[in-house]
Amino acid sequence: MDFRLSDEHEALRETVREFAREQVAPVIGELYEKHAFPYDLIRQMGKMGLFGLPFPEDQGGMGGDYFALCLALEELARIDSSVAITLEAAVSLGAMPIHRFGTPAQRAEWLPRLLSGEALAGFGLTEPGTGSDAGGTQTRAVLDEAAGEWVINGSKAFITNSGTDITALVTVTAVTGTNPDGSKELSTIIVPSGTPGFHVLPAYSKVGWNCSDTHELAFDDCRVPAANLLGARGRGFAQFLQILDEGRIAIAALSVGLAQGCVDESLKYAHERQAFGQPIGNFQAVQFMIADMEMRAHTARLAYYDAAARMLAGQDFKRQAAIAKLYASEAAVDNARYATQVHGGYGFMNESAVGRFWRDAKILEIGEGTSEIQRMIIARSLGV
Amino acid sequence: MNIVVLVKQVPDSGAERNLTSDDNTVDRGSANNVINEMDEYAIEEALKIKEAHGGEVTILTMGPDRATESIRKALSMGPDAAVHVVDDALAGSCAVATSKVLAAALGTLNADLILCGAESTDGRVQVLPHMLAERLGVAALTGARKLTVDGASLTAERQTEEGYEVVSAATPAVVSVWDTINEPRYPSFKGIMAAKKKPVRTLSLADLGVSADEVGFAGATSAVVEHSKRPPRSAGTKITDEGTAGTQLVEYLVTEKFV
Repeated sequence: MDFRLSDEHEALRETVREFAREQVAPVIGELYEKHAFPYDLIRQMGKMGLFGLPFPEDQGGMGGDYFALCLALEELARIDSSVAITLEAAVSLGAMPIHRFGTPAQRAEWLPRLLSGEALAGFGLTEPGTGSDAGGTQTRAVLDEAAGEWVINGSKAFITNSGTDITALVTVTAVTGTNPDGSKELSTIIVPSGTPGFHVLPAYSKVGWNCSDTHELAFDDCRVPAANLLGARGRGFAQFLQILDEGRIAIAALSVGLAQGCVDESLKYAHERQAFGQPIGNFQAVQFMIADMEMRAHTARLAYYDAAARMLAGQDFKRQAAIAKLYASEAAVDNARYATQVHGGYGFMNESAVGRFWRDAKILEIGEGTSEIQRMIIARSLGV
Repeated sequence: MNIVVLVKQVPDSGAERNLTSDDNTVDRGSANNVINEMDEYAIEEALKIKEAHGGEVTILTMGPDRATESIRKALSMGPDAAVHVVDDALAGSCAVATSKVLAAALGTLNADLILCGAESTDGRVQVLPHMLAERLGVAALTGARKLTVDGASLTAERQTEEGYEVVSAATPAVVSVWDTINEPRYPSFKGIMAAKKKPVRTLSLADLGVSADEVGFAGATSAVVEHSKRPPRSAGTKITDEGTAGTQLVEYLVTEKFV
């Protein structure tokens, strides 16, 4: 038993690492300051096949697995999280539901462009008044049987990749009726960009993830064909739970990348920066901060490797994914805090990488299931 | 078009590199070994020519067993096959001997176009493409920053210090390239998976009919007899401005022949 990667996974990891260092690192600082979406990097990542990583070749994918995606996310996030989250949301939240629940016609229509990175899809679950409590969904979709169309009304909040120039669609979770037990019937519907009544509101001003595209969406008597129902009617809740379980492993991988990036930057700085006539890396106070950072990054990595291995083996991975996401996101926040401390005043400057890491880390404890939700999942899985 | 790309595995130029103390050769054991950077541009150029004109791209590498890693990485970018010349007797080969071995290997490959990097980041002698062309009796278009293929005619923009020269030749020919020629692609995961299954043929000196005493330390035309670490940078000259600093700076630059 060991945690060594296969030659192919290792080769992929190295390739993405080179790409992140050579292509992302030199330009990301300026893009981040400008809150600019990194179209050119996304195009290059598309050519490398990163958007098709976990999909089969006959669908236009790379024939890799979900773990391959996680490795790519980790290496990207080691340099920048907003580029990594763009890939994570595009693949795990955008294309995956269509691949998994779509009809052959829906797959044929959307997947080729999504898997090549030419187009992006958003995942419209969260609402202004509903996040983790998806049962509180207010957006409604009514089937106009005469017209053969869904009529959607409501709004969605914090939707990643929903308003770029290359966004092709958003999958929207909506109430479509009432279940026999009185609970809301939730279904998922594909809404192509540009559909009348589908409004993309101006981009949010965020604390971090500046190069990631995030919008509030409004649906005002927005009509789409009845055939745009994604998966079975009333299966919306079960579908997004499955998507979110996997997504947690991806967010864990992204968090590990940020945590490791903090180690990389702190090591470099500890060698360079002189204080009291010697490099600050000679001081035990700095050494111990870096040692703790490495410990957290390493442990978090093992946690997501384990969750991914279980998932790929077809075993139950819900608890392990929650543990990995919870631990890795907290490790990322801790490491960002200590890495900034190692960098002193320079770490508080926007131009330093750790300044970006610090701003980007906090959302990891919130997005795709808050830390509190992860603790609930772990506790429930233990029978309390 | 049948294209052969020469690929050399070298120690990563981004990390600290050393020579071994016993035989003054590059210390490959302690280094992170990678594809010679300039060779990646040669691979990219070969793939672009194949995409435009069809044909086959073969990687040719001379190097120890561990060069296999670099061959697989090269194949993951898209070439069809590879030939690996590996033999214990090759250790310590000089450029002249290397060109002899590679020419012998190329003799079995029927190449229309032989592409390679203009230099390797370890040896940096820049003579191999010329030696190879001489041995094969074909034209050498070296230091290309642009290459155009029109049937059996090759036209290259040859980079010089002042600008560039336009040179042309008929195939077969050796073309060496600089990093201004293109932007090498990153391998895709599909490419990485496919590289596993691509044929890599290994050839020994005996297979090539080259005798062991013509290569390696035994056949080297030159030998490194001694090496030492570059001395640490000496303290700079500090000029305090008392009204004449500008003149002093220019005088310094003139003395050092910078201007």
